[in-house]
Amino acid sequence: MSSERNHIVPYKTYVFVLLALIALTLSSIAITTIELGGLAYAGALVFAIVKSFLVLTWFMHLKYDKLYIILWVVFVFAILLVTVVVTFLDYLYR
Amino acid sequence: MSSIAIENEANYLKYKGRYKGLLGWILSTDHKRIGLLYLYSMAVMFLIGAGLGLAMRFELLAPGKTVMDAQAYNATFTVHGVIMIFMVVIPGLPAVFGNFFLPLMIGAKDVAFPRLNLLSWWFFIIGIFLVLSALLFGSGTPDTGWTFYAPYSFRTGTNLLPAIFGAFVLGFSSILTGLNFLVTIHRMRCPGMKWTKMPLFVWTLYGTAWIQLLATPVVGITLVLVALERLFSVGIFDPALGGDPILYQHLFWIYSHPAVYVMILPALGVISEIIPTFSQKHIFGYKAIIASTMAIAFVGYLVWGHHMFTAGMSGTAQYYFSLLTFLVAVPSAIKVFNWISTMYKGSINLQTPFLWAVSFIFVFMIGGLSGLVLGALAANIHVHDTAFVVAHFHYIVFGGTGFAFLGAIHYWFPKIYGRMYDKSWANIGWAVFFIGFLTLYTPMFYLGLMGQPRRYYDYLAEFHGGNILATIGSWILATGIIIIFANLIRSASRGEKAVMDPWHSKTLEWTVPSPPPVENFDEIPVLEESDGPYNYK
Ligand code: HEM
Ligand SMILES: [Cu+2]
Repeated sequence: MSSERNHIVPYKTYVFVLLALIALTLSSIAITTIELGGLAYAGALVFAIVKSFLVLTWFMHLKYDKLYIILWVVFVFAILLVTVVVTFLDYLYR
Repeated sequence: MSSIAIENEANYLKYKGRYKGLLGWILSTDHKRIGLLYLYSMAVMFLIGAGLGLAMRFELLAPGKTVMDAQAYNATFTVHGVIMIFMVVIPGLPAVFGNFFLPLMIGAKDVAFPRLNLLSWWFFIIGIFLVLSALLFGSGTPDTGWTFYAPYSFRTGTNLLPAIFGAFVLGFSSILTGLNFLVTIHRMRCPGMKWTKMPLFVWTLYGTAWIQLLATPVVGITLVLVALERLFSVGIFDPALGGDPILYQHLFWIYSHPAVYVMILPALGVISEIIPTFSQKHIFGYKAIIASTMAIAFVGYLVWGHHMFTAGMSGTAQYYFSLLTFLVAVPSAIKVFNWISTMYKGSINLQTPFLWAVSFIFVFMIGGLSGLVLGALAANIHVHDTAFVVAHFHYIVFGGTGFAFLGAIHYWFPKIYGRMYDKSWANIGWAVFFIGFLTLYTPMFYLGLMGQPRRYYDYLAEFHGGNILATIGSWILATGIIIIFANLIRSASRGEKAVMDPWHSKTLEWTVPSPPPVENFDEIPVLEESDGPYNYK
């Protein structure tokens, strides 16, 4: 949380994150070849969540930011989550 | 406050920058010029939209075909809705008065990202042209209604794609404005302006900006999905392909209900500025108003399903959405209470902006209470998709946001142009407009309760009386609009010179000359402990 100074991230870190993102993308394609039924969606979502986490943490610099900014981001995702849950109040109880 | 008319040498209207003439405006990054760019482009769109509205009312003057057939009527209400919602009331107050006054009210020289601000305006214009291109080219004007509901939106033979792409681009404009305002409010307040010293208009812009930023992407993605469905039949909304049309309604209203708060929150902010100024009294319950603003912004995310009660949602969801809809009305009522209490024992000055503000409260109350009728499950079945809904949202959107907009322009006009409008004509314009408004929309409550459906070019003979009345109202309203526009346009160049603070207001924008200098403040103001936006003695 040393945020007022400019934190310089080594290129190597960025390359690692990029490789991880590519690997995850390939795996989310690969997983569709396995017959998983409904779980295929869950799988795709898990990969997507991990990927966004990586992007937010390193590419968007949250790892080196102030706590309150991290909390804002968490709050935003919480709203998204609530929206999804509320939508399922319809789908699950039809 | 000194009332010397300061000579307007380096004011933003006269300033000559890198470019001259029109280019000096459409390439300007000055938040004040951008605000006016929005004002002029929006005024043009408003007049087109109003013209379409008059045409629809003319069609409804008598049962059967009067001036247009069913297809033309469908196209007319679609374009009317798209223009009024996406190009007028959603950008509305933030883009015009937010741009112009946010930096002035918080003691800053501009918004945080002036170039992004200009880009937002360009996106706005590009979006407008994309939508208009759907009217002029291709296989007919879109006829789905402004809601683009599935399955119409992927079945209609009309030229829908440019229209939804246009709405998508307009969404981007809105997101960028929201982002810009958030950063500006967080980072650029002048020294001493704590969060609890911010004017309430700025607070409402803050709540609005969060909604713009978080809700607009949802509609963007939804419109992309509609395009995919139309082009490639991917089967997201089309039941024939395993899709779900109700999913479209969910996604659409997840954005569009919060969007109604994008329309109304800044309006509530404007009213919260006008009322204390013309009562010369500290606003009653400053913190309660802030809390209710943020509560509306937040709970507004969670009630979208009240647009879908008859669509076949689960009973659990209906119950939940109805309950929360009732809750969201509470903070609005808190504000009304606070405004009335502010006026109580104030020294009221009945100027034009104040007339707009009190008439706002009147129509906003009727609009809000009719919303509760719609939010009640059993009543909703009866009045959903009838003229009652049309009356509800025109009372709230036109009566609310529209009245606040007109109040705002009459309030800030002397600051924007450095000139005062003709006050008697302004009051006459207000009176004619108000009478026209009530005559136009009030019969629709009755017609809806009696069962006249919305979005039809024809109706049963028994509804004739109410429709005649409404159409006559539309002519009175149009007369009011003409008077107001004529008065303002004339006064912008020929009105009497205005002083720095004609209304004896306490917010910072009134401490700079009228019109403001290019950089707003020679020296960034510093607020003392005793200063505040509503500190009247
Ligand atoms: C007390 C607050 C409010 C309540 C309880 C409320 C409730 C409702 C409900 C239940 C509907 C759906 C009616 C139906 O189609 O069956 C509706 C429609 C609508 N409301 Fe409100 N509302 C409120 C405030 C607002 C505000 C502040 C705005 C905009 C500034 C607004 C704009 C609209 C619009 C545009 C529609 C119609 C959408 C369409 O189908 O074309 N409402 N309202
Ligand atoms: Cu709603």
